[in-house]
Amino acid sequence: MAADLNAFITEETIEGDGEGPLADTTVAVKDNISTAGVRTTCGSEMLADYVPPYSATVVERLTDAGATVVGKTNMDEFGMGTTTETSAFGPTRNPADPERVPGGSSGGSAAAVAAGEADVALGSDTGGSVRCPAAFCGVVGIKPTYGLVSRYGLVAYANSLEQIGPIAGTVEEAAEALSVIAGPDPNDGTTRDPAAVEGAGVPQGGYAAAADGDVDGLTVGVPTELFEGADERVVETVEDAIACLEDRGAETVEISLPSVEHAVQAYYVIATGEASSNLARFDGVRYGHRADSDGNWNESFAETREAFGAEVKRRILLGTYALSAGYHDKYYEKAQDAREWVRRDFEDAFDDVDVIASPTMPVLPFELGEGLEDPLRMYLADANTTPVNLANLPAISVPAGEADGLPVGLQLVGPKFGEATVIRAASAVEDR
Amino acid sequence: MTDTPDSDGSGGDDPAVDAAEVEHVAELARVRLAEGERETFAEQFAAILEYFEALDEVPDLDREEDLVNVMREDEIEGGLSQAEALSNAAETEDGFFKGPKVS
Repeated sequence: MAADLNAFITEETIEGDGEGPLADTTVAVKDNISTAGVRTTCGSEMLADYVPPYSATVVERLTDAGATVVGKTNMDEFGMGTTTETSAFGPTRNPADPERVPGGSSGGSAAAVAAGEADVALGSDTGGSVRCPAAFCGVVGIKPTYGLVSRYGLVAYANSLEQIGPIAGTVEEAAEALSVIAGPDPNDGTTRDPAAVEGAGVPQGGYAAAADGDVDGLTVGVPTELFEGADERVVETVEDAIACLEDRGAETVEISLPSVEHAVQAYYVIATGEASSNLARFDGVRYGHRADSDGNWNESFAETREAFGAEVKRRILLGTYALSAGYHDKYYEKAQDAREWVRRDFEDAFDDVDVIASPTMPVLPFELGEGLEDPLRMYLADANTTPVNLANLPAISVPAGEADGLPVGLQLVGPKFGEATVIRAASAVEDR
Repeated sequence: MTDTPDSDGSGGDDPAVDAAEVEHVAELARVRLAEGERETFAEQFAAILEYFEALDEVPDLDREEDLVNVMREDEIEGGLSQAEALSNAAETEDGFFKGPKVS
């Protein structure tokens, strides 16, 4: 099954420590998360033979908790994509419909869980890369608050936006894995202890304890902007899931987040800007592919980097352009203003509501090959997920049901370090 | 930058970026382009940059970034061994990385 879906780039086992909360749990790890002694390719030719000499903090925490790593999962190259088709190792297929994409960029992780090849998987989410594939494959994915989970050992794409997050078949399993990987890490100065943050609740017994389905009295904000333009089959399915929250005692209120109209623009300017800088490290000298070149340093550098795939080149170039003299103020400065606006919009909304609900993806899973020629169309599919990264907030995608036989995800967004609230709300949708 | 109303941005005479500009940015980024990528990217960037134009509508904001430095004592800790650090290099010499000639 796994071979047919192409969910894994490398199938190799890293044994856990035997005991702990994740003993007997198998975990698939996205291939941009470093594993000592097991190659970590980022879905790129550039790192096809790269074997990290150390493991990411999240991998250490999983194996310390008893989990067994079963392999490294396929992904869009360096996390840049919404379909897992930009991988240098070929596309992953969606277990729900093998003619369709699993979403991206953590498509291999979501497909592995949906197909039963792993109990839990790790993905990384820069603009929706955990939630999108979770929605498309009919599983649960959590994007933690920025700073909850260590990024040490995650190969950087856009540092200010990304978090590692779990994907699992149930809310409770995803929450359990989150408890294991969360918490401060001296190797990542952006991590925080949620217990030290005012108003942030980590339940006794960890995040899994919040998956109790109790939404009585919860206020759910429904932002019109994140439903406009979505496929009506998606909207219908998501509205049914929200109605079930109401049946269980939650109250829904319509809200408005005008800034999110600019989220995709801001996201792509900021993310490509950061990517153009981060990916400068791939020079072929210290690690990774190196072209056989007779040229000088600059020529050799450029020839080596011809091995990036088209989407990665596109984003490096867009980022370089947006940051270049004469365009910095026009694009990058305005994108930072938009980011601040999005952050304030959500903050204001959370004065009145506990969680914010929307479709995770405005569309049903694409057919394989459908969007490869039209990058802007793919970028626009990130409309509902990117605002959450810009605002540094936690969010979960939970299966809302099916439309035309295809999975649809409900996204629930919470206030900063409010993971327990989104986990609780998602668990109520799940067991209706 | 472009006044072409078509949504794919490919039909106008005045694209936001032309192939020469794509080539220039690729040189700045030290990325060699494959055959045909210059032209494809120029077309795609025209559409994407036209879409980015909407950032002009975003109000100027005072950004309230609540940032603090995270410091630690400067104590010697174990790190990668030299052999580990060099283990993925294409070429090494006497325990150093060996890069291409500078000029």
